[in-house]
Amino acid sequence: MVVIKYKAAGDMSIVVEFENEISEKVNSKVRSMCLAIEKSMLTGIEEVIPTYRSLLVNYNPLEIRGDSLIEKLKDIENRLEEIKIPKPKVVEIPTLYGDDFGPDLKFVANYNNLSIEEVIKIHSRGKYLIYMLGFTPGFPYLGGMSEKIATPRLENPRTRIPAGSVGIAGSQTGIYPVESPGGWRLIGRTPLKLFNPDHQPPFLLQAGDYLKFTAIDEEEFYRIKDQVEKNQYHVKTSLL
Amino acid sequence: MDAVRLIEPGPLTTIQDRGRKGYQRFGMPVAGAMDLFSYRIANLLVGNDEGAAAIEFTLQGPKMEFLQDAVIAITGAETVPFLDNKPLPMWQSIFVRKGSIISFQGIKSGLRGYVAIGGGINVPQVLGSRSTYLRAKIGGFEGRKLAAGDIIKTGKSGKGFPDFKNRRLPKGFIPDFKEYEEIRVILGPQAELFKKESIEKFLSSAYEVTAQSDRMGYRLKGPIIKHKDGADIISDGIPPGAIQVPGHGQPIIMLADRQTTGGYAKIATVISTDLNKLAQLTPGSKIRFKAVTLEEAYNALRAQENTIGKIEEFAINPGLTKVYKLRISGREFIASVEEIHE
Repeated sequence: MVVIKYKAAGDMSIVVEFENEISEKVNSKVRSMCLAIEKSMLTGIEEVIPTYRSLLVNYNPLEIRGDSLIEKLKDIENRLEEIKIPKPKVVEIPTLYGDDFGPDLKFVANYNNLSIEEVIKIHSRGKYLIYMLGFTPGFPYLGGMSEKIATPRLENPRTRIPAGSVGIAGSQTGIYPVESPGGWRLIGRTPLKLFNPDHQPPFLLQAGDYLKFTAIDEEEFYRIKDQVEKNQYHVKTSLL
Repeated sequence: MDAVRLIEPGPLTTIQDRGRKGYQRFGMPVAGAMDLFSYRIANLLVGNDEGAAAIEFTLQGPKMEFLQDAVIAITGAETVPFLDNKPLPMWQSIFVRKGSIISFQGIKSGLRGYVAIGGGINVPQVLGSRSTYLRAKIGGFEGRKLAAGDIIKTGKSGKGFPDFKNRRLPKGFIPDFKEYEEIRVILGPQAELFKKESIEKFLSSAYEVTAQSDRMGYRLKGPIIKHKDGADIISDGIPPGAIQVPGHGQPIIMLADRQTTGGYAKIATVISTDLNKLAQLTPGSKIRFKAVTLEEAYNALRAQENTIGKIEEFAINPGLTKVYKLRISGREFIASVEEIHE
């Protein structure tokens, strides 16, 4: 039995720590606990932030004290088996690979002695766990990329990477939610918006769910992009 | 309604409220006023809801023209504001006539000031908040700091007292901004990753606020803090006031615009009431950390909220209530005296 640690982080937050490792198993416990806390509707909890192996629970000390909150969280932990947690979703990310949309696709293929088609096949085959979101609004920390397409970062980061760019950095893959500088090898781009403040919900992804990339052609890219702009696109999801 | 036109904005003047809460799990930083105490008082003095959007300025207050009659209050860093070249008191609500110009001298102590305008500042809400988050260019005025020529509108926050003026904060409540502050912390959440001698050193030495300090965090300089076994942790959530220590051993205090997650061990976390003091520290100021218990932190917070409650009462009924701050054998008490008419 693994002991879950509850630690004070100042007078407004508690960290709930699971095993000290990055794994799907540990992250699924984080997800379950996060959903269970939300379901409990405890007074005084302001925000729960799930990460790789822990939860940050922000509370209002004028409504609940840290020690009583920890007792309540432990109650939830003990009842975790009884609380029905929905299965994670798999969110489909349509992606146009290569050419101007993925200028480093060829490099990734050459670096790994693969054809471009093989890189696309390997990259769009996997289901990637969204361990957490952070770094910039909506940025997913993904796990589960095949080592066969692992490629080091650019030596000189680009100053401007368009929103929606799909890239590889070492053995990680990711998507840039907003335009930003960065050193990831860009292999494609999605017409979806990972962060859109004018849309409900404003963020496409959430921690604990999965995503998969689906290869699309240029025509489909612009068709979906147009639908996204008009708020008419329905994101495809399935259960894991 | 168009309320204010910026003539000279100052180096970093933004619209802020209490921050963008509820979206940190998606990687969205909170932002919001750095010195929440001064910000809330400014709103109370003009009759706004405590969470109405206001102007936060840094180092230098903005020069601006009022396009309509307004009631304003200026709080925070100690400076001298002028209304059409006539010096104005701070921590007081002031009636400003259409066409008047407000300007500021340099700051004498502290770093950030607040200007609240009756009705609150009306910019579109982004994810439930009007706070500017500069790095992602969202919220506030077009997601950016204010510039010359910008025209700010006001809204309908608060009780809408049309002549909510001459409400003054009693002197004893005005914070005193120093260049050497004791900042109270709660050790953890990862204090166990640091060497015992280093924790002792951290709590017994002075740390200087460096020039590499901004709304995201303050980088400090002082005795090196050593980890037992490396500075990196599996990235986790960052609470406000978290003091993370990267491999170089110099602490960084994470503030309003902090990223939501990070991978450096956190030795301690500043208690919520002392974040306001921190917000007013200029580069070159010194900090000494003092470890306290959660109980002490909660007491400090309750005392602060009690004070704000009294100020609110007083601000609404200045004629009826007199508020005194008393210090009896080291403890602070707030006494309010009401006139009873028979």
